[in-house]
Amino acid sequence: MTSNSLLDPLILSRMQFVWVVAWHILLPAFTVGIASYIAMLEGLHAWTGRPVYLAISKFWIRLFAVTFGMGVVSGIVMPFQFGTNWSRFSDAVSNVVGPLFAYEGLTAFFLEAAFLGVLLFGRKLVPPWAHFVAATMVALGTLLSTFWILAVNSWMQTPQGYTIIDGRFFPASWVDIVFSPSFPYRLAHVVSGFYVTTAFVVLAVGAYTLRKGRFVEEARVMMRMALGFLTLFVPLQIVLGDMHGLNTLEHQPAKLAAMEGLWEGGTGVPASLFGFPDQKAETNHLEIAVPKLGSLYLTHHWDGAVKGLKDFPADERPPVLVVYWAFRVMVGVGLLMLAIVAVGWLLRWGGRLYTTGWYLRGLQWAGPLGFIAVLAGWTTTEVGRQPWTVYGLMRTADSVTPSLTGVDVLVSLLMYLAVYLLIYPTGIFFLRRIVRNGPLDHDAENDTPVESGRPAQPVAALPLTHATTSAGQGDAR
Amino acid sequence: MNGPILDLVGVWTVILGAGVFFYVLLDGFDLGVGMLYGLNPDSTSRGIIMNSIAPIWDGNETWLILGGLALLAAFPLAFAIIIPALYFPVLLMLLALIFRGVAFEFRFKDKEHRGFWDNAFAYGSAVATFAQGTVLGAFIQGFQVEGRHFTGGSMDWLTPFSVMTGVALMAGYTLLGAGWLILKTEGELQAWARVQGRRALVLVLAGIAIVSLWTPYALPDIAQRWFSWPNIAFLAPVPLAALVLAGATWRSLGRDHDAWPFVYGIGLFVTAYLGLAISLWPNIVPHKYSLWDAASSESTQAFLLVGTLFLLPIILLYSGWSYWVFRGKVKADAGYH
Repeated sequence: MTSNSLLDPLILSRMQFVWVVAWHILLPAFTVGIASYIAMLEGLHAWTGRPVYLAISKFWIRLFAVTFGMGVVSGIVMPFQFGTNWSRFSDAVSNVVGPLFAYEGLTAFFLEAAFLGVLLFGRKLVPPWAHFVAATMVALGTLLSTFWILAVNSWMQTPQGYTIIDGRFFPASWVDIVFSPSFPYRLAHVVSGFYVTTAFVVLAVGAYTLRKGRFVEEARVMMRMALGFLTLFVPLQIVLGDMHGLNTLEHQPAKLAAMEGLWEGGTGVPASLFGFPDQKAETNHLEIAVPKLGSLYLTHHWDGAVKGLKDFPADERPPVLVVYWAFRVMVGVGLLMLAIVAVGWLLRWGGRLYTTGWYLRGLQWAGPLGFIAVLAGWTTTEVGRQPWTVYGLMRTADSVTPSLTGVDVLVSLLMYLAVYLLIYPTGIFFLRRIVRNGPLDHDAENDTPVESGRPAQPVAALPLTHATTSAGQGDAR
Repeated sequence: MNGPILDLVGVWTVILGAGVFFYVLLDGFDLGVGMLYGLNPDSTSRGIIMNSIAPIWDGNETWLILGGLALLAAFPLAFAIIIPALYFPVLLMLLALIFRGVAFEFRFKDKEHRGFWDNAFAYGSAVATFAQGTVLGAFIQGFQVEGRHFTGGSMDWLTPFSVMTGVALMAGYTLLGAGWLILKTEGELQAWARVQGRRALVLVLAGIAIVSLWTPYALPDIAQRWFSWPNIAFLAPVPLAALVLAGATWRSLGRDHDAWPFVYGIGLFVTAYLGLAISLWPNIVPHKYSLWDAASSESTQAFLLVGTLFLLPIILLYSGWSYWVFRGKVKADAGYH
């Protein structure tokens, strides 16, 4: 039994999918936001002519180049997973979701790829407006990509607009397929989440740069922009999350019950704050719960009716412990973000935002918060969808490629593990190095957007001179 | 399920065929450039070689995704059978493309391990190409299928024939890469690329010859297609054109032409591609399912076609523009500016 489940192609394929998506999703979580940020900075520079925007833009373009390259190569892996490991799923749903995938390629990937070259290498080759257009097109591409891939994901979560013939899905209404019930909420929640993730990275990098006492003006502008943005988007994200949750209650009640750790449905259900759901015993251990609060925030009535996990057959429930805790991590991170923004404003009103050491240090640690929230949110919604690939209609167990053996998948999984464990830490190492070097390039005439394309670059001599320039230019102190 | 008014399957066949061919040409030459990078030990030359494709490679690779996704959307049965059958070559290709893709950035950032990333770039390009070549070979030989599923083993793809097509494609991409370098470089590096181009061409012709003899010998239906009357009269121009183009490529590699080796190389690929299409038509799961058997529903194909007909010309336009921006010779000292 043990050896059997160790070499189960289904379990191994799921592990492989988790591994390649989890790493991949970190990149769009950053590049979607940073592409928009770069386009905004380029626009601000064109509009105001202030060199500080250009310096910040060039700095983030350097970071963007590394992450985008990694995003492309880890993204190419994704569509092939559907074929290699999930061929029965592909065969069953392609008539419905196939065009959505293809539209992602047609509208997004080419747009990003073609204009990225111009964005990275073309500043001197094209007029400034064309460079700005390139930046905007890259940003638009990342958003279109998010649109289509979430349309697919949402259809899998809340399928509609199909007919089933011989176990395969066929399209009945394309509007219904693309705009499935969870899609608007998911799209808004994810894009806003990606933007928040990026803004926290910008805030952290700004705080770090400021603490080092170099590039003071750039650091302050970055922090000011990020904090202002987060003031709007963190509360918005929490509201969007709540709306998405209510949508889940309506369309995926079993997932919502797992998020809440709610076994017994009924009216006036409690809100579970803490506990350890036990799938077999159908209860939560060491639970702290508030009576009736669950009904209040889920239905906006003290006595609102909510379905519990026991209202669903045991083989139609998701793994409750994972969903329950992933949801709590996401919400917890969201509340922590809100607190960080609030403290930032308190300090700013006191005129101490840029000089409070403990807060700046704290912001540095807060840099990865968005990524944690994104992964937790993704886990909540995807594990919460189990045991289905198409919610309520097609089981994950019936989706896997029939010809695969456990050994096949084990070998491929080990290879993906090895390669990603080499590539990702290396990439992160370079990103840290770029951040440490800071926005080196002040001089708009002395263009060094990225190191690729330049065989040799005397970076070592630059920081000192530019640090002086920066301090001289900035309105520091 | 093919419609009476407009044969969508035919349209999608053309789009998929063109998309895959664009991928083969575009990523073909930059994978070839990657392999030539490994053959050239000189550091300055390597900088130029990599620079010649740095701004365009990921646009080129995007055609691979489009090919995969168009297959998924327009011919899902083929996708669900072929991709599982090619589990390991696809895996090898993807991992090799990862190494090669990140090497563009990492090579310049990681001076301590430059040698490692140099190898990642060269071997990544070589392994990805070899894997694609074995995919081609396995595809020609066909897959074991029952109903809607691949039922063979995960190593069925590995045959002497597929290894040969793997090596042949490495030579083919190297030929295209040499053509690109001749176009984009000058002086010693260009002269070196000409020599490499000729070496690759010899291997390519050997590969084409072996495939052309082996497939009709091993697969009687393909022999029937080519050698029966009157087919032989209609189809003879394809191999004849290949011969003429091979000669033209050889000559242009030795002369003072900058663009013709690349153009003739592409021509050679066109004839080889046409030859394969003729051999396998009208099947997309070779020897088993036709394009019409494997097609998705009319509604699916129509929904995707509307956008594709609108978007594809735009894509070609701005992709062409990005090539235009980086036109001209690449120089070592100046980089891009």
